[in-house]
Amino acid sequence: MQEQKFEPRLVGFLCTWCSYTGADLAGTARMAYAPNLRIIRVMCSGRVDPQFVLKAFREGADGVLISGCHLGDCHYKEGNYKALRRHRLLVRVLEQLGIEPERFRLEWVSAAEGVKFQQVCNEFTEQIRKLGPLNINGGKHEQRQA
Amino acid sequence: MITMTIDGKKVQVEEGLTILKAAQKLDIKIPTLCYHPVVEPYAACRVCMVELSLKGRTELVTACNTKAAEGMEVQTASPRALNARKLNVEMLLARAPAAEPVQDIARSLGITESRFPVKDPLEKCILCGLCVRTCGDIVGAQAISFTDRGMERQVSTPFGEPSEACIGCTACAYFCPTGAIVAEDIRGRKVIHDELLLGPTTAIRIPTRQAVPMVPFIDQEACIHFKTGECQICAKVCDREAVKYDMQDEVVELEVGSIILASGFNSFDARRIPAYGYGRYPNIITALEFEHLVNASGPTGGKIKLADGQEPKAVGIVHCVGSRDENYNEFCSRVCCMYSLKFAHLIKEKTKADIYDFYIDMRCFGKGYEEFYHRLLEEGAKFIRGRVSEVTDFAASKEEEGRLIIRVEDTLLGMVRRIPVDMVILATGLEPSLDHNKLAKIFNISCSQDTFFLERHPKLAPMSTFSDGIFLAGACQAPRDIPDTVAQAGGAAAEALALADKGTFALEPITAEIDKDLCAGCQVCVSLCPFTAITYDKEKGISIVNDALCKGCGTCVAACPSGAAQQKHFRDGQIFAEIEGIFFV
Repeated sequence: MQEQKFEPRLVGFLCTWCSYTGADLAGTARMAYAPNLRIIRVMCSGRVDPQFVLKAFREGADGVLISGCHLGDCHYKEGNYKALRRHRLLVRVLEQLGIEPERFRLEWVSAAEGVKFQQVCNEFTEQIRKLGPLNINGGKHEQRQA
Repeated sequence: MITMTIDGKKVQVEEGLTILKAAQKLDIKIPTLCYHPVVEPYAACRVCMVELSLKGRTELVTACNTKAAEGMEVQTASPRALNARKLNVEMLLARAPAAEPVQDIARSLGITESRFPVKDPLEKCILCGLCVRTCGDIVGAQAISFTDRGMERQVSTPFGEPSEACIGCTACAYFCPTGAIVAEDIRGRKVIHDELLLGPTTAIRIPTRQAVPMVPFIDQEACIHFKTGECQICAKVCDREAVKYDMQDEVVELEVGSIILASGFNSFDARRIPAYGYGRYPNIITALEFEHLVNASGPTGGKIKLADGQEPKAVGIVHCVGSRDENYNEFCSRVCCMYSLKFAHLIKEKTKADIYDFYIDMRCFGKGYEEFYHRLLEEGAKFIRGRVSEVTDFAASKEEEGRLIIRVEDTLLGMVRRIPVDMVILATGLEPSLDHNKLAKIFNISCSQDTFFLERHPKLAPMSTFSDGIFLAGACQAPRDIPDTVAQAGGAAAEALALADKGTFALEPITAEIDKDLCAGCQVCVSLCPFTAITYDKEKGISIVNDALCKGCGTCVAACPSGAAQQKHFRDGQIFAEIEGIFFV
């Protein structure tokens, strides 16, 4: 029963040029998708400091999404490649901290891909729903759930 | 300059000019046959005989190859010159009685019949050798020459066999003064729809009759000069010396403040839908080809004709070819309904043909468009709602024989119909231009799902892109008709002008900054910056951001190990606060 009630809390760092606009498109096109993702806008996926991800997990996120332009389409030429590199490294750190790599996702969503944004949101929410809530020492998950 | 007299008129000509050309200056006509302005004169036909007096001596010379000299007196129609000319023409007439230009000259000289025996009444060749000299000197192919001697002398290829040296340029036929060599003999093909886009054409040409700019270009693959290195006729006849063979594409670098992309569209290739038979049957043409056909300055002079030259009795217009189709393009190309209506109207105006429009939905969206649709309905064009499944020449009944049959489900009648027509026009849709993706990469702009360029905002910034200073106009952004394109292009130009007029450019206030007290001078940020906006100050041992170059991506900020680099309005602290705040809900 408890699992039925569990609503994942997800944090998404979206680049302003592609993914944030894509999310906007999904909104203006009135597409319905899981409301679990809370979005923080950054100028570029390359701006996402690994600290932000760790901070989000600590503050109570069950999953974190970084989304940027498709490789080669970056408004800043190559910021998304930096994000890709950081993602690879950070996944390994998270594993050592006991956070499943599935909880930290990287996606490329262009400004035209409202449908893809909808899919990513729904998929990620379902994935985290199956994984269940994140429990880490010092995390604020229980506190928030209460 | 040389002063000479022709038929009593004084003329000044440049040294080296022939008498013929000097006479042309005075508008005095001397008949010629074997002369062509671009081929070296050879004086073979001897029709251009004139009487020449120089220093008290008179003689008969050929005008085409005799150079003008100081004090020359030329009489083009003296009794002696005319006599000589007459005799020569009589001999030519006996040699080639069927050659019309020879007959014309003979008539003008009062000759009705030749005194000499005629060998072949159908002969046209006067053996002037202009074709031989053209093939050798101009084309450089040297495929034909004189063979045999005396009565048997003729122009031929070696041993009369098809020659490997011949490049099929048909220049010999084009230059032949008497029509003895005929191009159809060489190529023997009929040309109407196959080459509709260009019509029978030359290697140097203006691409279409309404091309902008109206400037000819040389098709290097077809040009004789690029095959043999000879010819260059176009350069010789061009007074302005505008034809240059060594011109190359050049890359021009321009420094500009803003860019308007108006790279247009590409017409859907109807061959991609094999069921519509385009390219297999002669009378199936695309919209663009019909536009060319019906154009008053087009290949048929604006007459609507089938490949065999007949007028069609029934014409089918198939809408949505390559548009609104999950197999090809899902989007509506927007312009096809209206141009199809225009076609229907033109066909009604110019022929008595029955017109069938096969549509899915009529999209007459603009000012006066719906009214035009109703006008067509009143004019008697038949509109059948349903997507055409096939165009075939397989006849099921006698009246379908030799025609094109359009198979379609008439969704209003609820039945499948076969409609025989003579001409099918495919209303091909619009697609992004061929190098669209390349352009998108060069200008760093995104494409929307239908692969056209993406605007910054569909309602609030329809001509801007995500890159500042780059604007969109026309069908590169989405399928557009002319009124919409003009409106958008005007808007884009205004936005570009506004930028230029202001003279200054407001930077986004989101650039990165480096705290000089915290910076350890590790230079991680320097190598990360894609805009080389960060430089390392060796003296102070810190990195410095150039505000004018920084675009504010924040990549350096995310990488800074000491937290010295911060992005204005996206500081670490601000984003941490956002993350904290986001869970309060």
